[in-house]
Amino acid sequence: MKRLRAWFLVPSAVLVIITVIAPLAIVCVYSLLNRGAYGGVEQPFTAENYRRLWDPLYGFILWRSFWIAAVSTVICLVLGFPLAMFIASSGDKKNLYLSLVILPFWTSFLIRTYAWMFLLRDTGLINTALQALGIIHEPLRLLYNDGAVILGLVYGFLPFMVLPLYAILERLDPSLIEASADLGARPRETLFRVILPLCAPGIRAGTILVFVPCLGTYLTSDLLGGSKTILIGNLVQNQFTAARDWPFGAAASLALMLAATAMLFAARRSGEELL
Amino acid sequence: MKRTLALYAVAAYAFLHVPLLILAVFSFNASRFTVWQGFSVHWYAALAQDRELIESAVNSLIIAVAATALSTMIGTLAAYALWKRGSVWISGSMYLSLVTPEIITGVSLLAFFQWVFRYLNLQLGLHTVIVAHAGFSLAYVVVVILARLRTFDPALEEAALDLGATEIGAFRSVVVPFLAPAIAAAAMLAFTVSIDDYVITSLVAGVDSQTLPMTIYALARRGVNPMLNAVSTIIVVLLGAMVLISERLRRA
Repeated sequence: MKRLRAWFLVPSAVLVIITVIAPLAIVCVYSLLNRGAYGGVEQPFTAENYRRLWDPLYGFILWRSFWIAAVSTVICLVLGFPLAMFIASSGDKKNLYLSLVILPFWTSFLIRTYAWMFLLRDTGLINTALQALGIIHEPLRLLYNDGAVILGLVYGFLPFMVLPLYAILERLDPSLIEASADLGARPRETLFRVILPLCAPGIRAGTILVFVPCLGTYLTSDLLGGSKTILIGNLVQNQFTAARDWPFGAAASLALMLAATAMLFAARRSGEELL
Repeated sequence: MKRTLALYAVAAYAFLHVPLLILAVFSFNASRFTVWQGFSVHWYAALAQDRELIESAVNSLIIAVAATALSTMIGTLAAYALWKRGSVWISGSMYLSLVTPEIITGVSLLAFFQWVFRYLNLQLGLHTVIVAHAGFSLAYVVVVILARLRTFDPALEEAALDLGATEIGAFRSVVVPFLAPAIAAAAMLAFTVSIDDYVITSLVAGVDSQTLPMTIYALARRGVNPMLNAVSTIIVVLLGAMVLISERLRRA
């Protein structure tokens, strides 16, 4: 029995080494090397790439990535909570409503981002419609700014917030809410003093599930933010392609990776069963 | 309270679904601009004439089929082995691959392939994309199949062994048939994430391996293009159908 199990693990071990472990190990090594004359990397080893991350220019990009991810996460929480409450309280139609949240998540992220470009650009539907109605005469600049990026992120990651919130709301004991009402609490007080505290694990799980991919986003900021909204994901991509500074790109990757895994690890340590 | 919540839910579902619906509606617009000028399917006809789109769609299909086959087979074996006894290393690495931002998966694979290719006489191409896709879809496959294995009664397998089946025979004629719906669901999921990926693919693709998402990306950057709406509509409908079927199979 043991032999068969070992053999069955071999292909996955090989695939995981080729596609996860070795690539990350190489990025670790590259982050400590110098940039080569023709792209590529050169010895000797150096910590310069990490020092450059503290440069105000890059510090600003890091800070902005955190800020945009945080704002998107908060909006997802505010929009997602009532939606999760609605699904949890909708009886036998729960599964249908839940599928309606999950479905867009599985249908092409790229196309969903393009859908917003189609709506928001200068010649897009919103501007065309507003101009046709005579409400505006010049197209509004809806695309290529931080707002468009946040909109795209909220649109893309709202399901990640709704799912854990729903999971915990569904298990919430209704008698606690009734007890709160019986004891004279108004609905608002019940919400803030009973429901929300009981949902804390779901809120934490959803926050992490939204914040981490938002922090590492590349496509959304690239397409909806244009060249003005450079986030850490775009910085990494740029260093590995146009700028051809792999060691610095590697250092930036590891900084992002560290931030993402630290957060997930902290969440796991605090015993979140929902992650 | 209940009514407010229901009204809010309508608005939230509109936010999630209307953008794609609008995209689909305008794929049937006669005009190339964002003004409705009557129903037409000529953007769909134009798709069939566009060689770049067709070629990249063929590439995407080759990649998705190959990567799905690889990751489904490897993932099924791995899930079975992990169900017998866990392995911190394998599960840990898969967890790592799930939480790594796509862009980092992409650049790290690029760096790795370029490093390997210094010793082998190879270049980026379809094969590198296939390996990359098999890699990132493996975790999804294992998760789906493990979930099904948790409902499997080990006594069935033991009975087969007691009745004289070899280990591999018991796996093939008892475990695999039980897993069949989950394997199909996992394959569809792997296919979906493969055919859909832009970020990782764009970094590890060679000059001859442009995929459909890469073509879509390039067109999206260039401007409004009703053909893009048409191809998007086709993809969304196909992927949506696939996900629904996959969900069904998983619950079966």
